[in-house]
Amino acid sequence: MSHALTPSQTIGPFYWGTIVNAYHADLAPTGVAGERIEVVLKLHDVDGAVVPDGVFEIWQANSHGRYNHPEDRRNLPLDAGFEGYGRAGTFTDGTSRFTTVKPGRVPWPAGGLQAPHINVSIFARGVLNRLATRLYFDGDPALAEDPVLKLVEPGRRDTLIAKRDGNGTWLLPIHLGGPNETVFFDV
Amino acid sequence: MKEETYRRATAGDHPTNLSPDYKSTVGRSPRKSAVVLPHSLSEITGPSLANERLDASENDLTKQRMAEPLGERIIVQGRVLDQDGKPVSGALVEIWQCNAAGRYHHPGDQHDAPLDPNFYGGGRARADADGRYKFVTIKPGAYPWKNHHNAWRPAHIHFSLFGPAFATRLITQMYFPNDPLLAFDPIYKSVPAGARERLQAAFDMDLTQPEWALGYRFDIVLRGRNATPME
Ligand SMILES: [Fe+2]
Repeated sequence: MSHALTPSQTIGPFYWGTIVNAYHADLAPTGVAGERIEVVLKLHDVDGAVVPDGVFEIWQANSHGRYNHPEDRRNLPLDAGFEGYGRAGTFTDGTSRFTTVKPGRVPWPAGGLQAPHINVSIFARGVLNRLATRLYFDGDPALAEDPVLKLVEPGRRDTLIAKRDGNGTWLLPIHLGGPNETVFFDV
Repeated sequence: MKEETYRRATAGDHPTNLSPDYKSTVGRSPRKSAVVLPHSLSEITGPSLANERLDASENDLTKQRMAEPLGERIIVQGRVLDQDGKPVSGALVEIWQCNAAGRYHHPGDQHDAPLDPNFYGGGRARADADGRYKFVTIKPGAYPWKNHHNAWRPAHIHFSLFGPAFATRLITQMYFPNDPLLAFDPIYKSVPAGARERLQAAFDMDLTQPEWALGYRFDIVLRGRNATPME
Protein backbone atom coordinates (compact mmCIF):
# COMPACT_ATOMS: atom_id res chain seq x y z
CA MET A 1 0.00 0.00 0.00
CA SER A 2 1.33 3.41 -0.90
CA HIS A 3 1.10 6.29 1.53
CA ALA A 4 0.76 9.81 0.14
CA LEU A 5 3.77 12.10 0.64
CA THR A 6 3.48 14.92 3.13
CA PRO A 7 3.66 18.17 1.15
CA SER A 8 6.34 20.78 1.78
CA GLN A 9 5.73 24.25 3.23
CA THR A 10 7.89 27.32 3.80
CA ILE A 11 10.12 27.53 6.87
CA GLY A 12 8.69 31.04 7.39
CA PRO A 13 10.59 33.88 9.07
CA PHE A 14 10.39 32.83 12.73
CA TYR A 15 12.73 29.85 13.13
CA TRP A 16 15.46 31.81 14.98
CA GLY A 17 15.74 30.92 18.63
CA THR A 18 14.03 27.59 18.11
CA ILE A 19 15.54 25.22 15.58
CA VAL A 20 18.49 27.28 14.43
CA ASN A 21 20.10 27.75 17.82
CA ALA A 22 20.25 24.02 18.17
CA TYR A 23 23.29 23.39 15.98
CA HIS A 24 26.63 24.91 15.25
CA ALA A 25 28.14 26.06 12.04
CA ASP A 26 31.50 24.64 13.08
CA LEU A 27 31.54 21.11 11.73
CA ALA A 28 35.11 20.09 12.44
CA PRO A 29 36.36 20.22 16.02
CA THR A 30 40.09 19.98 16.69
CA GLY A 31 41.51 16.64 15.68
CA VAL A 32 39.37 16.07 12.61
CA ALA A 33 41.59 15.21 9.66
CA GLY A 34 41.75 17.30 6.52
CA GLU A 35 42.26 20.77 5.13
CA ARG A 36 40.40 23.28 7.27
CA ILE A 37 38.23 25.61 5.24
CA GLU A 38 35.85 28.45 5.83
CA VAL A 39 32.77 28.62 3.61
CA VAL A 40 30.49 31.61 3.25
CA LEU A 41 27.18 31.23 1.45
CA LYS A 42 25.27 34.37 0.57
CA LEU A 43 21.60 34.29 -0.31
CA HIS A 44 20.09 36.67 -2.88
CA ASP A 45 16.56 37.09 -4.17
CA VAL A 46 15.60 37.39 -7.85
CA ASP A 47 16.49 41.10 -7.86
CA GLY A 48 19.89 40.50 -6.30
CA ALA A 49 18.91 41.84 -2.85
CA VAL A 50 20.27 39.86 0.09
CA VAL A 51 17.92 37.54 1.98
CA PRO A 52 18.40 38.10 5.72
CA ASP A 53 15.92 35.49 6.95
CA GLY A 54 17.00 32.30 5.19
CA VAL A 55 18.60 29.11 6.45
CA PHE A 56 21.43 27.12 4.89
CA GLU A 57 22.09 23.50 5.69
CA ILE A 58 25.15 21.64 4.47
CA TRP A 59 25.95 17.94 4.23
CA GLN A 60 29.33 16.60 3.18
CA ALA A 61 31.76 13.72 3.24
CA ASN A 62 34.86 13.89 5.41
CA SER A 63 38.33 14.52 3.99
CA HIS A 64 38.67 10.84 3.08
CA GLY A 65 35.52 11.02 0.97
CA ARG A 66 33.44 9.01 3.43
CA TYR A 67 29.94 9.97 4.48
CA ASN A 68 29.08 9.35 8.13
CA HIS A 69 26.01 7.29 7.27
CA PRO A 70 25.15 3.57 7.16
CA GLU A 71 24.61 3.68 3.36
CA ASP A 72 28.30 4.46 2.89
CA ARG A 73 29.82 1.03 3.49
CA ARG A 74 33.22 1.68 1.95
CA ASN A 75 36.29 0.84 3.94
CA LEU A 76 37.45 4.42 4.52
CA PRO A 77 38.10 6.14 7.85
CA LEU A 78 35.38 7.95 9.77
CA ASP A 79 36.52 10.88 11.92
CA ALA A 80 35.34 11.02 15.50
CA GLY A 81 33.39 14.21 16.06
CA PHE A 82 32.68 14.83 12.39
CA GLU A 83 29.14 14.16 11.23
CA GLY A 84 29.27 16.38 8.15
CA TYR A 85 26.12 18.34 8.86
CA GLY A 86 25.79 22.06 9.50
CA ARG A 87 22.99 24.57 9.76
CA ALA A 88 23.00 28.33 10.08
CA GLY A 89 20.53 31.15 9.54
CA THR A 90 21.52 34.03 7.28
CA PHE A 91 22.51 37.31 8.88
CA THR A 92 21.41 40.80 7.85
CA ASP A 93 23.90 40.70 4.98
CA GLY A 94 22.46 37.42 3.66
CA THR A 95 25.45 35.31 4.67
CA SER A 96 25.96 32.14 6.65
CA ARG A 97 29.49 31.08 7.58
CA PHE A 98 30.63 27.52 8.16
CA THR A 99 33.99 26.16 9.23
CA THR A 100 34.68 22.62 8.13
CA VAL A 101 37.20 20.47 6.25
CA LYS A 102 37.39 20.11 2.49
CA PRO A 103 35.49 16.96 1.56
CA GLY A 104 37.17 14.14 -0.30
CA ARG A 105 35.85 12.63 -3.53
CA VAL A 106 32.90 10.29 -3.49
CA PRO A 107 31.98 7.75 -6.16
CA TRP A 108 29.44 8.07 -8.92
CA PRO A 109 26.98 5.20 -9.44
CA ALA A 110 27.95 4.71 -13.09
CA GLY A 111 31.64 4.61 -12.20
CA GLY A 112 34.39 7.13 -11.49
CA LEU A 113 34.54 9.79 -8.83
CA GLN A 114 32.77 13.07 -8.27
CA ALA A 115 34.74 16.26 -7.65
CA PRO A 116 34.83 17.40 -4.00
CA HIS A 117 31.53 19.08 -3.19
CA ILE A 118 29.25 20.13 -0.36
CA ASN A 119 25.52 19.45 -0.62
CA VAL A 120 23.46 22.52 0.24
CA SER A 121 19.82 22.98 1.24
CA ILE A 122 18.14 26.39 1.23
CA PHE A 123 15.05 27.39 3.19
CA ALA A 124 13.45 30.83 3.55
CA ARG A 125 10.22 32.71 3.86
CA GLY A 126 8.79 32.68 0.33
CA VAL A 127 10.53 29.39 -0.49
CA LEU A 128 7.87 26.68 -0.47
CA ASN A 129 10.08 23.68 -1.21
CA ARG A 130 13.57 22.94 0.05
CA LEU A 131 15.98 24.04 -2.67
CA ALA A 132 19.00 21.80 -3.15
CA THR A 133 22.26 22.77 -4.77
CA ARG A 134 25.98 21.97 -4.53
CA LEU A 135 29.12 23.88 -3.74
CA TYR A 136 32.25 22.96 -5.72
CA PHE A 137 35.74 24.40 -5.28
CA ASP A 138 37.26 26.64 -7.94
CA GLY A 139 40.51 25.37 -9.40
CA ASP A 140 40.03 21.77 -8.34
CA PRO A 141 41.39 19.61 -11.19
CA ALA A 142 38.56 17.11 -10.68
CA LEU A 143 35.93 19.66 -11.77
CA ALA A 144 36.53 18.84 -15.43
CA GLU A 145 35.44 15.24 -14.96
CA ASP A 146 32.60 15.74 -12.49
CA PRO A 147 29.52 13.86 -13.72
CA VAL A 148 27.04 16.22 -12.07
CA LEU A 149 28.56 19.36 -13.57
CA LYS A 150 28.30 17.62 -16.93
CA LEU A 151 24.53 17.47 -16.45
CA VAL A 152 24.46 21.29 -16.18
CA GLU A 153 24.55 23.53 -19.22
CA PRO A 154 28.10 24.97 -19.44
CA GLY A 155 27.04 28.59 -19.09
CA ARG A 156 25.44 27.94 -15.69
CA ARG A 157 28.11 25.75 -14.06
CA ASP A 158 29.78 28.78 -12.50
CA THR A 159 26.78 29.22 -10.20
CA LEU A 160 27.94 26.08 -8.37
CA ILE A 161 31.64 26.92 -8.00
CA ALA A 162 32.85 28.77 -4.92
CA LYS A 163 35.74 31.19 -5.33
CA ARG A 164 38.42 32.06 -2.79
CA ASP A 165 38.67 35.57 -1.40
CA GLY A 166 41.91 37.26 -0.21
CA ASN A 167 41.66 35.55 3.19
CA GLY A 168 41.25 32.13 1.66
CA THR A 169 37.54 31.91 2.52
CA TRP A 170 35.41 30.09 -0.01
CA LEU A 171 32.51 32.29 -1.15
CA LEU A 172 29.45 31.18 -3.04
CA PRO A 173 26.55 33.48 -3.81
CA ILE A 174 23.23 31.70 -4.17
CA HIS A 175 20.68 33.47 -6.36
CA LEU A 176 17.09 32.28 -5.92
CA GLY A 177 16.33 33.69 -9.37
CA GLY A 178 17.21 36.48 -11.77
CA PRO A 179 19.95 36.60 -14.42
CA ASN A 180 22.41 34.67 -12.22
CA GLU A 181 19.92 32.09 -11.00
CA THR A 182 21.72 29.28 -9.21
CA VAL A 183 21.37 25.78 -10.59
CA PHE A 184 19.11 23.84 -8.27
CA PHE A 185 18.82 20.07 -8.30
CA ASP A 186 15.86 17.75 -8.09
CA VAL A 187 17.46 15.27 -5.73
CA MET B 1 22.85 0.11 -13.33
CA LYS B 2 20.34 2.95 -12.92
CA GLU B 3 20.38 4.08 -9.31
CA GLU B 4 17.21 5.74 -8.17
CA THR B 5 17.19 4.92 -4.52
CA TYR B 6 14.33 7.21 -3.50
CA ARG B 7 11.09 7.65 -5.37
CA ARG B 8 10.41 11.08 -6.79
CA ALA B 9 7.44 13.17 -5.83
CA THR B 10 4.64 13.45 -8.37
CA ALA B 11 3.33 16.76 -9.70
CA GLY B 12 0.41 16.91 -7.28
CA ASP B 13 2.37 16.42 -4.06
CA HIS B 14 4.16 19.69 -3.38
CA PRO B 15 3.55 23.41 -3.91
CA THR B 16 4.75 25.15 -7.05
CA ASN B 17 7.73 27.32 -6.11
CA LEU B 18 6.18 30.34 -7.80
CA SER B 19 2.77 30.62 -6.13
CA PRO B 20 1.98 34.32 -6.68
CA ASP B 21 -0.90 34.51 -4.18
CA TYR B 22 1.84 34.01 -1.59
CA LYS B 23 3.59 37.23 -2.52
CA SER B 24 7.06 36.46 -1.16
CA THR B 25 7.42 33.64 -3.67
CA VAL B 26 7.57 36.14 -6.55
CA GLY B 27 10.98 37.44 -5.50
CA ARG B 28 12.27 34.19 -4.11
CA SER B 29 11.50 31.39 -6.53
CA PRO B 30 13.65 29.91 -9.26
CA ARG B 31 12.18 30.19 -12.75
CA LYS B 32 14.35 27.56 -14.42
CA SER B 33 13.63 23.90 -13.89
CA ALA B 34 15.70 21.94 -11.44
CA VAL B 35 18.31 19.57 -12.90
CA VAL B 36 17.32 16.01 -12.07
CA LEU B 37 20.15 14.24 -10.25
CA PRO B 38 20.65 10.50 -10.31
CA HIS B 39 21.08 9.27 -6.75
CA SER B 40 24.69 8.96 -5.66
CA LEU B 41 26.00 8.60 -2.12
CA SER B 42 25.63 12.36 -1.75
CA GLU B 43 21.84 12.12 -2.05
CA ILE B 44 21.17 8.81 -0.29
CA THR B 45 23.19 9.66 2.80
CA GLY B 46 22.22 12.46 5.16
CA PRO B 47 22.46 13.68 8.71
CA SER B 48 20.85 11.45 11.32
CA LEU B 49 21.71 13.75 14.22
CA ALA B 50 21.82 10.56 16.24
CA ASN B 51 24.22 12.15 18.71
CA GLU B 52 21.87 15.00 19.57
CA ARG B 53 20.82 14.39 23.14
CA LEU B 54 17.24 15.37 23.80
CA ASP B 55 16.28 16.60 27.26
CA ALA B 56 13.11 15.22 28.81
CA SER B 57 11.31 18.57 28.48
CA GLU B 58 12.08 19.04 24.79
CA ASN B 59 8.91 17.34 23.59
CA ASP B 60 6.77 19.05 26.24
CA LEU B 61 6.54 22.72 25.36
CA THR B 62 4.46 23.36 28.47
CA LYS B 63 7.34 22.36 30.76
CA GLN B 64 10.20 24.44 29.44
CA ARG B 65 9.77 27.49 31.65
CA MET B 66 9.03 28.28 35.27
CA ALA B 67 5.28 27.78 34.94
CA GLU B 68 2.73 26.47 32.46
CA PRO B 69 2.04 28.64 29.43
CA LEU B 70 -1.40 30.10 28.84
CA GLY B 71 -3.59 28.44 26.25
CA GLU B 72 -5.39 25.27 25.41
CA ARG B 73 -3.11 22.31 26.23
CA ILE B 74 -2.93 19.78 23.38
CA ILE B 75 -1.18 16.53 22.56
CA VAL B 76 0.21 16.16 19.03
CA GLN B 77 1.16 12.62 18.23
CA GLY B 78 1.77 10.64 15.11
CA ARG B 79 4.15 8.48 13.15
CA VAL B 80 6.93 9.22 10.72
CA LEU B 81 6.53 6.77 7.86
CA ASP B 82 7.81 6.29 4.37
CA GLN B 83 5.58 5.81 1.33
CA ASP B 84 5.47 2.06 1.95
CA GLY B 85 4.18 2.66 5.46
CA LYS B 86 7.48 1.60 7.00
CA PRO B 87 8.37 3.54 10.17
CA VAL B 88 11.30 5.93 9.95
CA SER B 89 12.65 4.91 13.34
CA GLY B 90 14.98 7.30 15.09
CA ALA B 91 13.89 10.27 12.98
CA LEU B 92 14.49 13.62 14.64
CA VAL B 93 11.31 15.74 14.60
CA GLU B 94 11.67 19.46 15.29
CA ILE B 95 8.74 21.83 15.78
CA TRP B 96 8.24 25.53 16.42
CA GLN B 97 5.12 27.63 16.84
CA CYS B 98 3.65 30.86 18.17
CA ASN B 99 1.94 31.14 21.54
CA ALA B 100 -1.80 30.98 22.22
CA ALA B 101 -2.13 34.68 21.43
CA GLY B 102 -0.53 34.31 18.00
CA ARG B 103 2.90 35.74 18.86
CA TYR B 104 6.28 34.10 18.27
CA HIS B 105 9.06 34.32 20.81
CA HIS B 106 11.14 35.99 18.12
CA PRO B 107 12.45 39.55 17.79
CA GLY B 108 11.12 39.83 14.25
CA ASP B 109 7.53 39.20 15.29
CA GLN B 110 5.96 42.60 15.89
CA HIS B 111 2.34 41.44 16.06
CA ASP B 112 0.50 43.43 18.74
CA ALA B 113 -0.29 40.42 20.90
CA PRO B 114 1.24 39.49 24.26
CA LEU B 115 4.34 37.39 24.66
CA ASP B 116 3.98 34.59 27.17
CA PRO B 117 7.06 34.39 29.42
CA ASN B 118 6.24 30.72 29.96
CA PHE B 119 6.20 29.78 26.31
CA TYR B 120 9.24 29.50 24.10
CA GLY B 121 7.69 27.55 21.25
CA GLY B 122 10.43 25.17 20.15
CA GLY B 123 10.50 21.41 20.64
CA ARG B 124 12.22 18.24 19.50
CA ALA B 125 11.34 14.58 19.68
CA ARG B 126 12.85 11.41 18.31
CA ALA B 127 10.63 8.83 16.63
CA ASP B 128 10.70 5.42 18.29
CA ALA B 129 11.08 2.05 16.58
CA ASP B 130 7.49 2.31 15.26
CA GLY B 131 8.15 5.82 13.97
CA ARG B 132 5.99 7.25 16.76
CA TYR B 133 6.60 10.74 18.13
CA LYS B 134 4.69 12.83 20.66
CA PHE B 135 4.57 16.46 21.70
CA VAL B 136 2.64 18.22 24.44
CA THR B 137 2.11 21.90 23.72
CA ILE B 138 -0.59 24.56 23.60
CA LYS B 139 -2.75 25.31 20.59
CA PRO B 140 -1.10 28.13 18.64
CA GLY B 141 -3.17 31.21 17.85
CA ALA B 142 -3.91 32.67 14.43
CA TYR B 143 -1.74 35.66 13.52
CA PRO B 144 -1.90 38.42 10.93
CA TRP B 145 0.68 38.79 8.20
CA LYS B 146 0.99 41.42 5.55
CA ASN B 147 0.57 39.27 2.46
CA HIS B 148 -2.73 40.93 1.50
CA HIS B 149 -5.50 42.97 3.12
CA ASN B 150 -6.75 41.29 6.33
CA ALA B 151 -4.43 38.31 5.90
CA TRP B 152 -4.36 35.83 8.81
CA ARG B 153 -2.42 32.62 9.08
CA PRO B 154 -4.51 29.66 10.23
CA ALA B 155 -3.23 28.09 13.46
CA HIS B 156 -0.23 25.94 12.56
CA ILE B 157 2.84 24.19 13.93
CA HIS B 158 6.03 24.17 11.88
CA PHE B 159 7.63 20.73 11.46
CA SER B 160 11.15 19.84 10.33
CA LEU B 161 12.22 16.30 9.44
CA PHE B 162 15.48 14.88 8.16
CA GLY B 163 14.55 11.31 7.37
CA PRO B 164 17.24 8.85 6.31
CA ALA B 165 18.88 10.88 3.52
CA PHE B 166 19.68 14.29 2.07
CA ALA B 167 16.96 13.44 -0.45
CA THR B 168 14.27 13.02 2.21
CA ARG B 169 14.68 16.37 3.98
CA LEU B 170 11.30 18.02 4.61
CA ILE B 171 10.05 21.17 6.28
CA THR B 172 6.30 21.59 6.49
CA GLN B 173 3.44 22.93 8.59
CA MET B 174 0.67 21.13 10.44
CA TYR B 175 -2.77 22.68 10.52
CA PHE B 176 -5.90 22.02 12.57
CA PRO B 177 -9.11 20.54 11.16
CA ASN B 178 -12.11 22.76 10.43
CA ASP B 179 -10.13 25.99 10.67
CA PRO B 180 -12.09 28.60 8.68
CA LEU B 181 -8.87 30.42 7.83
CA LEU B 182 -7.57 27.53 5.73
CA ALA B 183 -9.84 28.59 2.88
CA PHE B 184 -8.11 31.99 2.75
CA ASP B 185 -4.47 31.02 3.33
CA PRO B 186 -2.22 31.20 0.26
CA ILE B 187 0.53 29.18 1.96
CA TYR B 188 -1.75 26.25 2.74
CA LYS B 189 -3.38 26.64 -0.68
CA SER B 190 -0.02 26.61 -2.45
CA VAL B 191 -0.25 22.83 -2.06
CA PRO B 192 -2.40 21.33 -4.84
CA ALA B 193 -5.99 20.46 -3.90
CA GLY B 194 -6.10 16.79 -3.05
CA ALA B 195 -2.74 16.97 -1.27
CA ARG B 196 -3.16 19.97 1.04
CA GLU B 197 -5.60 18.05 3.23
CA ARG B 198 -2.65 15.85 4.27
CA LEU B 199 -1.36 18.81 6.27
CA GLN B 200 -4.38 18.83 8.56
CA ALA B 201 -4.03 16.94 11.81
CA ALA B 202 -7.02 14.82 12.83
CA PHE B 203 -8.77 15.39 16.12
CA ASP B 204 -8.49 12.06 17.96
CA MET B 205 -10.65 11.18 20.95
CA ASP B 206 -8.40 8.21 21.73
CA LEU B 207 -5.41 10.52 22.13
CA THR B 208 -7.46 12.98 24.15
CA GLN B 209 -6.82 12.66 27.88
CA PRO B 210 -9.72 13.26 30.27
CA GLU B 211 -9.49 16.38 32.43
CA TRP B 212 -6.21 17.29 30.74
CA ALA B 213 -5.74 17.83 26.98
CA LEU B 214 -7.22 17.36 23.49
CA GLY B 215 -5.35 15.01 21.20
CA TYR B 216 -4.45 15.54 17.53
CA ARG B 217 -2.92 12.93 15.26
CA PHE B 218 -0.49 13.94 12.53
CA ASP B 219 1.34 11.30 10.53
CA ILE B 220 4.19 12.42 8.29
CA VAL B 221 5.11 10.52 5.14
CA LEU B 222 8.61 10.86 3.71
CA ARG B 223 9.87 9.52 0.39
CA GLY B 224 10.04 5.76 0.11
CA ARG B 225 12.72 3.69 -1.54
CA ASN B 226 12.44 2.14 -4.93
CA ALA B 227 12.65 -1.61 -5.08
CA THR B 228 16.29 -2.72 -4.83
CA PRO B 229 17.71 -3.03 -8.36
CA MET B 230 18.75 -6.51 -9.42
CA GLU B 231 22.49 -6.93 -9.17
FE1 LIG C 1 4.30 30.36 11.40
